[in-house]
Amino acid sequence: MNKWDNNKAWFFILPVLVIVSFSAIIPLMTVVNYSVQDIFGPGQRLFVGVEWFKEVLLDGRLHEALWRQLAFSGLVLLIEMPLGIGIALMMPKKGWAASASLVILALPLLIPWNVIGTIWIIFTRPDIGLFGALVNSAGIAFDHTANAVDAWITLMLMEVWHWTPLVVLLAYAGLRAIPEAYYQAAKIDGASSWAIFRFIQLPKMRGVLTIALLLRFMDSFLIYAEPFVLTGGGPGNATTFLSIYLVKIAVGQFDLGPAAAFSLIYFLIILLFCWLFYQALQAVGTGEKS
Amino acid sequence: MTLEWMAWTPVTAGFFCVIALILIGMTVWEVVSPCVARRGLLPLTTTRGDRLFIGLLGSAYIHLTWVGLTDLSLWIATVISICFLIVLMRWG
Repeated sequence: MNKWDNNKAWFFILPVLVIVSFSAIIPLMTVVNYSVQDIFGPGQRLFVGVEWFKEVLLDGRLHEALWRQLAFSGLVLLIEMPLGIGIALMMPKKGWAASASLVILALPLLIPWNVIGTIWIIFTRPDIGLFGALVNSAGIAFDHTANAVDAWITLMLMEVWHWTPLVVLLAYAGLRAIPEAYYQAAKIDGASSWAIFRFIQLPKMRGVLTIALLLRFMDSFLIYAEPFVLTGGGPGNATTFLSIYLVKIAVGQFDLGPAAAFSLIYFLIILLFCWLFYQALQAVGTGEKS
Repeated sequence: MTLEWMAWTPVTAGFFCVIALILIGMTVWEVVSPCVARRGLLPLTTTRGDRLFIGLLGSAYIHLTWVGLTDLSLWIATVISICFLIVLMRWG
């Protein structure tokens, strides 16, 4: 049957269209409208053209926030991907130990993001926090509220603790999907552990690892709640990432026009990365087929 | 219900009308002559919709670069974007 004759199927996507319209398309249209106007209050606005875009694009603090954001996402991937694969390789393959490991690993993923920030504020406090007090008692001055490096270390530790389990779970699922015959063949050939990892496990995990890479990049690029709770973007601007800077403009200064222009640029950056990762994912898929 | 909170302007309304018309046009085009994915100038196999998406995203970046780097009229960037879109749709 010609797909255009079967019109009933269109009714099934109507609810999604309505929900997406209200949750995404209409707000996005409003943001576009705001981005070309100076909003003074309800009904009081002035058309300014692309002035806000120019202002935002030439804003030095936005450039700094963007580099900071890219550095953060890059570091997150550099640490979490190898660590996640390593932990997945070391995990028990079957029995109660495998189930217990999976449950324990999944725990950080279940905690709400703002609670994660609060946990780590207390954990790293120099006076009462277990980590902060231990490090300080070892003679190393550690204070994430005063020192930019300490703030970054705390954020990275928190991020790695929170999200590495996702990489582990994905990598573990990929590893478990490899048929035993591959390992038996490798054993007969006398392959080393490294050769097994390099030529069997890694290529077989390529699909799930690409998904892990994509998810981790996107999440870390959009990070807001954890650094907002933990450092509030400080000390100074040391941990002011794009989303935190955006909220400062929109809610802190109530500059809705520049904030809308900033949001659209942020959206375009994310859209570009999404598309690049999607293409990479597609390439991986077709690569496996061939 | 008033739409004042959405702060519409003639320019942005025109922009969304053009986007909507493009999407309707692409749908009609697809019904009349279904697209076959192919490989052109771009280093990947693309459908008509893919090329439109790449073209629109590229156009957005062309406009942003123009606004960020020059004080010349934005219409020049629009003309460059339309040329880029046509080249991409035809040979991309």
